[in-house]
Amino acid sequence: MIKHRKEPLQKIKQRRDNALAALVDRVPYIKFMGIHFDRRGDELTAIMAFDDKLIGNPILPALHGGATASFLEVTAVIELAWAQAWQRMENDEVHTAAMAAERLPKTIDFSVDYLRSGLARDCYARARINRSGRRYASVHVEAWQDNRARLFAQATGHFLMPQYGG
Amino acid sequence: MTPNKEKMARQFTEALPFCKALGMRIEEVGPSTATVSMPYRTDIIGDPDTGVVHGGTVFALMDTCAGVAIFMHPDSTMTTATIDLRVDYMRSATPGQRIFTKAEVYKVTRSVAFLRATAWDDDSENPVATATGAFTFERPKEAGK
Repeated sequence: MIKHRKEPLQKIKQRRDNALAALVDRVPYIKFMGIHFDRRGDELTAIMAFDDKLIGNPILPALHGGATASFLEVTAVIELAWAQAWQRMENDEVHTAAMAAERLPKTIDFSVDYLRSGLARDCYARARINRSGRRYASVHVEAWQDNRARLFAQATGHFLMPQYGG
Repeated sequence: MTPNKEKMARQFTEALPFCKALGMRIEEVGPSTATVSMPYRTDIIGDPDTGVVHGGTVFALMDTCAGVAIFMHPDSTMTTATIDLRVDYMRSATPGQRIFTKAEVYKVTRSVAFLRATAWDDDSENPVATATGAFTFERPKEAGK
């Protein structure tokens, strides 16, 4: 912690961005879905760029419910892994190189509320960890498109957390 | 159930871009039921340490399967949207194996269909996931009188 305070700002940012990238880039499905993450401090916003292959209703057109659910579940899992990684980085337990080996939480259950059709445009999502114990976590995710206040889907899920030595 | 309806459900579903992207295939349909499968692929892996597919792909498969089961309901106009769907992940799907899911409409009201679904791989006795959900349900206009 003390050591990090002496680190130049640019180096801190670079280290955190690299840590996030190491986490996200290991998961093939995140790439398949065209999802990336925007980081502001420890806060993440997930972005799913619109792509024709995400369509589930070609007449409207609207996103497939499974694409929306995938986006929400990816956001929840990465938020949890990132929160855990952030804590371990702040505690000086891990550095960027070790981050690449970060294990991911496992989904126990995931429940999605479809509030309105997902339109043929980019999607954004943020997850909030409501409870994170040693073993189990409960996460809520909200997704929107043009307007932050008009959610098109939300979800709640429970996750099994990876255990780290001791 | 007319063979025509079965053919329509199959062609329509398998042509949906996201279903096509995941390689979904309709195995079997019945009145108010459907079985849909999805192949294992390395580009849909969610856990790089084990090679297990992402939960979101199983969710998508079960959502699709539920939609097809609704299409196959005798009173359905073949349009539906998911209101909510909850998936319980009971175990990891075995890497390399095709995942199957069967959905059934167990109750319809005037405008809502309630569904249950189960997913499995080569070990069909031991479910990978189960799901329960509510979907919009539209009846033909004449039938509403």
